[in-house]
Amino acid sequence: MAERMGFFTDTSVCIGCKACEVACKEWNQLPDDGFVFEATSYDNTGMLGASTWRHVAFIEQARPAPDGDDGVERWLMSSDVCKHCTHAACLDVCPTGALFRTEFDTVVVQSDICNGCGYCVPACPFGVIDRREEDGRAWKCTMCYDRQRGGLEPACAKACPTDSIQFGPLDELRSRAEERVARLRADGREEARLYGESPSDGVGGAGAFFLLLDEPEVYGLPPDPVVTTRDLPALWRWAGAAAVSAAGAVALAFLGPRGWGGSRGRGRWGGSRGLPGSHGVLGSRGGGGR
Amino acid sequence: MAECHPVGFQWVVEAKERGARVFHVDPRFTRTSALADRHLPIRAGSDIVLLGALINHVLTNGLEFREYVLAYTNAATIVSEDFRDTEDLDGLFSGWDPETATYDPRSWAYESTGEQPPAERAEGGPLHAEAAGAHAYGAGGPAAHPNPRTDPTLTHPRCVYQILKRHFARYTPELVERLCGIPRDGFAELAEAVTANSGRERTTAWVYSVGWTQHTVGAQYIRSASILQLLLGNMGRPGGGILALRGHASIQGSTDIPTLFNILPGYLDMPHAERHEGLDQYLELEGGATGFWGNRRSYLVSLLKAWWGDAATEANDFCFGHLPRLTGDHGHYTTVMGQIDGTVKGYFVIGENPAVGSSGGRAQRLGLANLDWLVVRDLTLVETATFWLDGPELETGELRTEEIGTEVFFLPAASHVEKEGTFTNTQRLLQWREKALDPPGDCRSELWFYHRLGKLVRQRMTDDEIDRPVRELTWDYPEHGPHREPSAEAVLREINGVGPDGRALSSSTQLRPDGSTACGCWIYCGVYADEVNQAARRRPGREQSPVAPEWGWAWPANRRILYNRASADPEGRPWSERKAYVWWDAERGEWTGHDVPDCELRKPPDHVPPEGARAEAALAGTDPFIMQSDGKGWLYVPAGLADGPLPAHYEPHESPVTNPLYAQQANPARRTYHRPESPYNAPGGRFPYVLTTYRLTEHHTAGAMSRPLAYLAELQPELFCEVSPQLAGHLGLTNGDWATIVTSRAVVEARVLVTGRMRPLRVEGRVVHQVGLPYHWGWGGDGLVTGDVANDLLPLVLDPNVYIQEGKAMTCDVRPGRRPRGRAALDLLEMYRHG
Amino acid sequence: MTRERAVVPEAEFRSYYGRPVIKPPIWHEPHMPTYLYLGGMSGVSSMMAVMARLTGRDRLAGTARVAAAAGAAFGAALLAAELGRPERFLNMLRIFKPTSPMSVGSWILAAQGGLSAAALVGPLDGASPGGLPDVLPGVRTGGPDGPLAGVLRPLGDAALLASGVTGPLTATYTAVLVADTAVPAWHEAYRELPFLFAGSAMAAAGAVSMLGTPRAHAGPARAVAVLGAAMETVAGEAMERRLGFLGEPYRTGRAGRLMRTARALTAGGGLLAVVAGRSRTLTALSGLALTAGSLCTRFGILEAGRASAADPKYTVVPQRRRLDAARERQDS
Repeated sequence: MAERMGFFTDTSVCIGCKACEVACKEWNQLPDDGFVFEATSYDNTGMLGASTWRHVAFIEQARPAPDGDDGVERWLMSSDVCKHCTHAACLDVCPTGALFRTEFDTVVVQSDICNGCGYCVPACPFGVIDRREEDGRAWKCTMCYDRQRGGLEPACAKACPTDSIQFGPLDELRSRAEERVARLRADGREEARLYGESPSDGVGGAGAFFLLLDEPEVYGLPPDPVVTTRDLPALWRWAGAAAVSAAGAVALAFLGPRGWGGSRGRGRWGGSRGLPGSHGVLGSRGGGGR
Repeated sequence: MAECHPVGFQWVVEAKERGARVFHVDPRFTRTSALADRHLPIRAGSDIVLLGALINHVLTNGLEFREYVLAYTNAATIVSEDFRDTEDLDGLFSGWDPETATYDPRSWAYESTGEQPPAERAEGGPLHAEAAGAHAYGAGGPAAHPNPRTDPTLTHPRCVYQILKRHFARYTPELVERLCGIPRDGFAELAEAVTANSGRERTTAWVYSVGWTQHTVGAQYIRSASILQLLLGNMGRPGGGILALRGHASIQGSTDIPTLFNILPGYLDMPHAERHEGLDQYLELEGGATGFWGNRRSYLVSLLKAWWGDAATEANDFCFGHLPRLTGDHGHYTTVMGQIDGTVKGYFVIGENPAVGSSGGRAQRLGLANLDWLVVRDLTLVETATFWLDGPELETGELRTEEIGTEVFFLPAASHVEKEGTFTNTQRLLQWREKALDPPGDCRSELWFYHRLGKLVRQRMTDDEIDRPVRELTWDYPEHGPHREPSAEAVLREINGVGPDGRALSSSTQLRPDGSTACGCWIYCGVYADEVNQAARRRPGREQSPVAPEWGWAWPANRRILYNRASADPEGRPWSERKAYVWWDAERGEWTGHDVPDCELRKPPDHVPPEGARAEAALAGTDPFIMQSDGKGWLYVPAGLADGPLPAHYEPHESPVTNPLYAQQANPARRTYHRPESPYNAPGGRFPYVLTTYRLTEHHTAGAMSRPLAYLAELQPELFCEVSPQLAGHLGLTNGDWATIVTSRAVVEARVLVTGRMRPLRVEGRVVHQVGLPYHWGWGGDGLVTGDVANDLLPLVLDPNVYIQEGKAMTCDVRPGRRPRGRAALDLLEMYRHG
Repeated sequence: MTRERAVVPEAEFRSYYGRPVIKPPIWHEPHMPTYLYLGGMSGVSSMMAVMARLTGRDRLAGTARVAAAAGAAFGAALLAAELGRPERFLNMLRIFKPTSPMSVGSWILAAQGGLSAAALVGPLDGASPGGLPDVLPGVRTGGPDGPLAGVLRPLGDAALLASGVTGPLTATYTAVLVADTAVPAWHEAYRELPFLFAGSAMAAAGAVSMLGTPRAHAGPARAVAVLGAAMETVAGEAMERRLGFLGEPYRTGRAGRLMRTARALTAGGGLLAVVAGRSRTLTALSGLALTAGSLCTRFGILEAGRASAADPKYTVVPQRRRLDAARERQDS
């Protein structure tokens, strides 16, 4: 496998121009997402989805002024994208193998295999992947797998005028990001923090991580995402226990105290070995009274 | 800048990374503000107060770059005794003629040295005002004395420095707070930053766009910045300057090779029917004899040779008589009035959508409806081509399709990727673009269209004398491809010019007044030097110096910073190591540096011109502003502006504020159209809010290039107005709901975006609310998204120097809910106008 | 930025315009919840068929066999219809992927469907007592003279026995399926959900067999139903109690109404089942109540999942608390 490639989105220099959204759609030939005025600052595409693989969030933050005038002090902008998790829930839960990990350590859907089961959709802790209803398949950012194979950087990073979106080997991006945070903090911007860069987080570190200027949830990101399949062994253990319990309960119903069962036939196997029947509480009073 | 020039904004971000401080002055908190160190919300239309206060701050505290100011500006020059300031005449300068509503600028002149220029030579007066002559001077400016009287101690009461001091004395931080709504601490921070960041070691740049120009005092906004930058020594130096961001790709190119009515290529004046008899008289009247404009005969004769070739001879004034003549104002809005009045019969609209994109859309459409014929060339079927079918006046019943006689020709155009040619960007950089693909169907390039139109017209020419100018035009460009596309490189080469040997010229200094050279635009001379398309150079920046001289080609002479002689001190040494750019190499006896020096290479810094010298020979070795007749940066403009030698604060034509500085409320020389098609808002309480219009990153101008594109249209799908939470609360506007905006011109509905990015400002002791409206929507134009036309709200009132409309500051009223339809909309307007 | 005050005071949190952080499950109604019902019913029916066969209750076994086969078949059809690309249904069996409960479940369901269908053939063997009559009129498939006489029964019995293994898995894997998502109300309920689902499945299967078997033979079915109803009720209560704040989606809105209805129907149906042996009316009432209850549970679970995904507080608040707790641990 080649070096792991990733995105570092430095929101401190994002100007919200949405060139990433447009370049992404243009390159990947995505359909539009409808023409709806959302009245949520300058964001009219809402969130990532089947047809929006880069999404710029706009967050207006007010500063309480002495005269009660709440002028905006900060306008945070951030270009969100698929995180290409180290432990990717979408990939884990995909039943068909349509989702796979590429040689660049990114996570990509093969649209010719996806049968649109939709399981990846609620599995993603970031709400990234979605099914396009008119098409029936799940879609998300491929980190421009085709461009990468051709030696090009992804379209969004290419289009970003201020280098808010940086593409490169993940290790390199991580150290660059740490330097950047250190510098911002030294400049008094204590709120600067990295999101998704740590391999010890709930998804094993994201292939696309961010420099944020506020809590992740302010940008619509989960504060502590965990890949759901981390708990899968436990899930199966509990399900196993339930299955055994159910089996036991059914057995009990047939073999329970005083033979809860009703009239028995004489099956080839079991009939003669069955417990003696009797009319218990649950049994029909009438016995075979029909 | 981040909003409308996001690609260019990367350099601001980079500068910030290197420690630059960024201030953003704007009525709204925009995407630029988001990345700026400080946003200063300002009342739209009050910028001269802010800039004037900065100038005053510099002058009263002695913070100017004294050595620079003394050597490179006209600070020491003594002005005529006859001059009276606005401070003396309550808002008027001397020379005001209330009859014609124009200035006679003679009293503004430098003190006479005995040789007074003729009256018509000193620009101004009615003819000048009518034909927007000031713009014709471009970078040059009109004639002034090459060696006026000066006082190097700057103490003479009539020296420019002292005049400035007196003029700006009332522009104080208090006034800024009162009129702009900028609190004193904000102003103090800005003033401190700007002055501390100017001098030998540091420079400050101002960046502006149409937020500064689209005012009735637009040109004076830029003048204010010029004064400040000259005082601080920030002109002609790296990291300095006043950077104009143009509104489209190559709109700089469209002023260099103009689409404007009053200039010829290279900012040569368009001849006037009454003023200019022949070539000699024209050259005598237009501009001074000293400075590089002193060579204008060479520039014009070479232009005439490029256009009429062998037909242009010394004997026939090089076909000067073939040039069209001005008879008055032929500007955009006057043309529209001519259409309404029936004096303009035909109209070419090329890549423009005035029915949506120009001020006063209703007047525009009424004009279109009164034409005989209309040609529209565009990428999509813009509203200007369909006004007769689906325009808003049909809904109101003011127009009926069957009664519109205009014959409309729509011709599909090729886009920029479907044709080759150059773009000239905002820093005068020409960049060659290859054609990426063939235009679809009948779409053709503008070059093809005009070349073909010219050929067809020429076929119809007779031997009649009146047809001679067209008949004799050089019109022989090589063609290629199945559609016989003319060669754009051949056109570029013609613009570059050729010498007597037929070889491409390499510099405008090679141009000759005798007809031996031909050049289509003298400032572009050199773009095809050595028979090489220099604009096509694409050597990456990392492979060359930070100036990157081998990326494209910048006019003039591939010079990246104009007037860069000022980057060295009078002795020719860099002002500081840090800011070294060009300097005098005494050993080699020539100027050198990182850029092409903007002076004669071998003229030593201590050169004193001989008496009576002309053109560049009249410039001293210390004169950096080589296009000015005196080689100086003009803090004070003795001639050439229609509305005064100094900027003074006037309120916008429509303003809720009374000008506290002068009895003169608005610019007295502003151009107005008192017409029923586009009436002005009455002053008073009926229109209590300030309205400002602008563009969004997601769309392009009137939307013809963005509304039909799903990827752009979905990003900003509807016309919206931005209002503060306070105004929304006051008016009962709900975020996401509808509002109706009213002026006496139009009633427009928009979605409401309630945002703290709009701040109510405290102006003159009361709260002024501003309403923001992007103008990208129209009713059709193949748009996936449509909306009302914001520009319909705008008044037709213009800056007197360049005839730009006041689109950035006016008054309006706002009502919750959607607008009335049809006849009811007219009734509402009627109520606002008279009710 | 929006600051929202949730109903629960400690749930103050920040979000992006109140938009969801995660995507809600896109599965449709009635497909998905009906499948959950049918799958559960099929799984437990298989277990019942096995037990009935083992204990010689052939009438009951017959009903349960058919219920098991029909549930699996219809359930699979619903699942296919649920796909964005139903024609690619077989891609589900393209690979076996242990990390994907849907992949595992597809194999389980395939096995359950195949086995329960195969189990049907046993009674076709004419030799089988209590076996079904010929399925197709006029075509002799079963019976002692049939071409498959003596083959079908062992085959069917083997399949039936095997379905005794796939049955419980079919009835419970769906709990893993929904819990193995980022949907807070599902994932955090992963302990109780399998029991809830198993109980619901037992109630459903018990009800079907109760309704489809003569009362005299349906005693164990009633017992299964009663035990299922009890298991479902207890698991549901335990789940909501343990989830606390995250249990809210199960209590409020449409999901809350569905869950409350389910609870009442299941409990009522379960109680009725105790005495349902006494009359046909009681049997019918009980069976229908249990069936409706099980269906309501499934619809309610889906709806609660959607609601918990749609409101960012259910995603943000627990995660924020987790982070804060971790920070506190670090600090102390």
